[in-house]
Parts: sequence; C-alpha cells; structure tokens
Amino acid sequence: MSALIERIVINMKSDHQIIASIINKGAHVLDLGCGNGELLAFLMQQKKALVQGIELDENQMHQCVERGLTVLQGDIESGLVDYPDKSFDFVILNQIMQQIKKADFVIQESLRVGKQVIVGFPNFAHIKARLTLVFRGKTPINEALPYYWFETPNIRFLTISDFIDYCGKKEIKIEQQYYLGKSYPVHFMPNLFAQNALFVITRK
Amino acid sequence: MKKNSVGVVTPQYFTFAEPPDTLQLKSGRSVGPVTLAYEAYGKLNARKSNAILVCHALSGDAHAAGFHDGDAAAGWWDDMIGPGKALDTNLYYVICSNVIGGCKGSTGPSSINPETGKPYALDFPMITIADMVEAERYLIDFFGIEKLLCVIGGSMGGMQALQWASAYPERIIAAIPIATALKHSPQQIAFDEVIRQSIMADPDWRGGYYYEHGQPEKGLAVARMIGHITFMSDQSMEEKFSRKLKNDNLSFQFIDDFEVEGYLRYRGYNFVKRFDANSYLYITKAMDYFDLSGDKFMPIVKKTAVRFLVISFKSDWLYPTHQSQEIVRLLKRKHAYTTYFDLISTYGHDAFLIEIEDETRLIKNFLANVSPD
Repeated sequence: MSALIERIVINMKSDHQIIASIINKGAHVLDLGCGNGELLAFLMQQKKALVQGIELDENQMHQCVERGLTVLQGDIESGLVDYPDKSFDFVILNQIMQQIKKADFVIQESLRVGKQVIVGFPNFAHIKARLTLVFRGKTPINEALPYYWFETPNIRFLTISDFIDYCGKKEIKIEQQYYLGKSYPVHFMPNLFAQNALFVITRK
Repeated sequence: MKKNSVGVVTPQYFTFAEPPDTLQLKSGRSVGPVTLAYEAYGKLNARKSNAILVCHALSGDAHAAGFHDGDAAAGWWDDMIGPGKALDTNLYYVICSNVIGGCKGSTGPSSINPETGKPYALDFPMITIADMVEAERYLIDFFGIEKLLCVIGGSMGGMQALQWASAYPERIIAAIPIATALKHSPQQIAFDEVIRQSIMADPDWRGGYYYEHGQPEKGLAVARMIGHITFMSDQSMEEKFSRKLKNDNLSFQFIDDFEVEGYLRYRGYNFVKRFDANSYLYITKAMDYFDLSGDKFMPIVKKTAVRFLVISFKSDWLYPTHQSQEIVRLLKRKHAYTTYFDLISTYGHDAFLIEIEDETRLIKNFLANVSPD
C-alpha cells in the first residue's frame, strides 16, 4: 500500500505543476477543500498568488496556517455563498468533486465567484478500473482511486466523458483540459487511458 | 517570577482632549480631558512598524502582562504576551490600554469631573465601542505609530478589533477578533440588562451617586455572578464543581451548600473590591450598542487589504460560533483574506483566556506572515 501512496504523491505533484502553469502571476486564488495547503503554498511560492483556502479538518488547517496560508474553517457547500461575483481569478476544485454532495451547486457557485474554475478529479473510466470491474467484479482500486469501498471518502464516481457531457448540458465552456496517466500526460483516448483529469472551465 | 515573563511593569498614563479640546463622542456629547492608563511591553522599532494593540474585555484593564511591583498575580493575558509567546515581545511592541469608561486608571464614571470636583457618576456621558477605539487612536497617534501591525482582543476586545478594522482600515495591517460578535443578540442584551438591573436594584447604588458612601456591593456581586455563569459552559461547570458540597452535609439552610455557590459568591465579592459598579453599567451598555452588522462594517471600503484571523470556541454559548461565522461572511463580502478557526474547547467563553496552546499556535503562525510592507 505504501508504494501505491508514493506513486499517488508523484501524480499529485504533477497536478500541482499543471495548475501552477495555468494560473497567472499574482492571481487571486480560492482553493476549496485545500487540505494541508500544499497546493496553495506551491502557488504562493511559484506564482506569488494571493491565496485563500477553505477546509474543514482542524489539523490540516493548522498545517495551512503554519505554511503562511489564509484558511477558513468551513464546508465547501456553504463556503462560497457570501463571496461577491468574480472575487477570484481562479477557484480550484482539485480532487474534491468526487467527495461533495451538491457537486452541481458547487461548480455553479465556483463559476460565479471565480473568473475561471479549475476542476481536477480521478477518471473512473480508466482502463484498469474498467477491467477490474468487468473481469474481477471488484470496485477498482488504483493510483487515482486508492480506497477500499468501506473507507473511501468518494461518494460519486465520474468519468471524463461524464464531465464533458455535464459541461455541454450546463453551457459551461471548457477552456483547457489536461489528462494524466500515472506520471505522464495522456493524449490518446483519455477517457480510457487517463487516471486523472484537469479542466479549466468558464461560464459561456 | 514566571518563565518568559515581561517582568515588572509600571502602568503609564496618557492625557488628551485637554481644554479647550474635548473628545467628541458618538452620543453627541463630549468629554475632556481624557486619561488612558496603558502598559507597553517589548521595544518599538525605529520604523514603528512592530506595534500590536491588545484590547481588553468587559472587566479587563491595561495590565495584560508581567507583574506590578510587589504583586504576585500576573496580568490578565500573561500566558499570551512575553518573550517567545504568541505575542512575542522579542519581536513586537505590545500595547494595552484601559478603555474610556473603565475604572482602572482611565477616565470613567468614577473619575473626578473637573467641573464639579466630584466623581462624574451618571453625569459621565454614555460611551460606545467606537469611542473606546477613538481614544485608543489618540494613544497610537501619541506613540507616532502610523500603522499597527495588529489589533487583537477577545470578547469586547474583539469588538474593538473589529471597530478598528471598520473605522481605520488604513491604520492596521491585521486584526484578530476572538470570541466576539458584530452585534449583541437579544439574548446577550438580556443578560446585560439583568446585570445592570441587579446593580441598580441595590439601594446602595443611590441612583449612581454612591461614591461618598461606597459601592453597591450586593448588586455588583450578583451582577458579576451572572457574568461568571455565562463565561463558563455546562461541561466546564460539571468538571469544575459537579454537585460537590462545601461541607459534607446539606445544611437545610439558605447558605452556600454547593461548591458552585461558594465559587460564585467568592468571585462576586472579590469583584466588588476591584471594579466600579457604574463602569460595569457603562461598559455593558457600550457592548449592547455595538453593531457593525451588514453595511455598517467598513462602510466606505469595497475591498480590504486588512488580514483577519477570526477565532471562536465550540463551547462558547455567550458568543457562539455562529456569531464569528457571521463576521467571516461579512469579511468574504469585503474580499478580505481571512483565516477562521472554530477551536475545540470545553471552557465556554472563558476559553479565550484559557486555551493558550491552540491560540498560541495559531496567532504565532498567523503573525509570522503579517508583515508591515
């Protein structure tokens, strides 16, 4: 299990690098479910970003403050309501969408509060996940979905195709998209071969 | 002497609004001259950019840290202020003043009215939190400090921190309001009114003009007892007193059988020795009048650069978590970069004076990233 976690960390780091390459210098950034603040600290350091995190876990929050981040204790669903329109250049929903109850509401609110929204999530239609389900009859466990069914924080399992459909239906414009394998970008049939996806979306 | 103490400190006094000047108050009335008692710890740097203003709560005073000569008890926030502590006096110049309307060296109802040569008593004008901050602003000007690095306080001290941010956002870099609210709820006003009524119901109060005769002791003691109940939590009272008896048996008389009764009586009667009854009336009223909700907060500012650390405590039912969350909601509307923690504690409202470890961790890290530039 520990080797698996190590590989995930590498994968996440490449996530962070892509996000850092998306945002412009000095951008105002809101990270929903910012965890221990690793990404925000990276953006602050690399891009002189002005960052605000929202997180529920007290221990993770303390780590954020230790990193010099501003972080609010609150849940994501109610965390956005009071921000005026376009308060941030970027709102980040990285590796959190699969865990939130009102996903549509949070995405819509993020699009209101942020000029651009970065959404990152594990692709449930990755070939290994499909094979596991079809041939082994088991819930997939892989680098991007590293949990057993009884301990997973994930409450929804979405795929790259699902997300693209969703954006089409909700008239959301996909500005940029990134597909990631274990530690390399995927260009061919991403819904089959990408473990993680990153989308930059805006309101049409 | 305790470890990491600022050592022996001497209260200082600053007087302003001397004739022909007066301090204009929110009530429309004015007062002068005004004296503020204050203490300061650490060293003000050459650029005067490392000053932190500590604002005290209802019954606090300027003596926040260290020891008065010959005194065994340290200042009221000594655990937070000193070398290496949350407000590190090796780094910061920490100032704390007694509020206007108080009775610990600053001008208040027990001060001598220069017009009559007698204590003001109820001739003293009504004071608001904004007036307290205005007086503090005079003190900060006197120091020649253009910008405070931070204003921090719990309870009524937190109200002052919010008032500073609202009235003088350009003069502070950060604000740390702890266990406080943008306005008193009807429940909070109700407690304050019962507190005031218990003082005013004591015949020794004499309509406020009691100074020749001594304090309305019974009324003030009861007022403080009510206060102490609201500062604790159900759980902290259970842990501290449970139903423990002072003696082994019930007395079947109206005496303080239970430890909690003894505690309240002790606290109440000790308070009489150190606090002026009229000041308690004036200051509770100031807290009830305080209202920075909605558009009243930072009225002319659309976006603020002031950085906030808002802290509440889960067991605080006097200034409950939702009131701090209301502050956070308002700060979001002002695009303020805000850190907010709802800390775990069983101590109720008193937690801001007791939960030193968590507060220290937070405040130290927060301040480390607040820079004057």
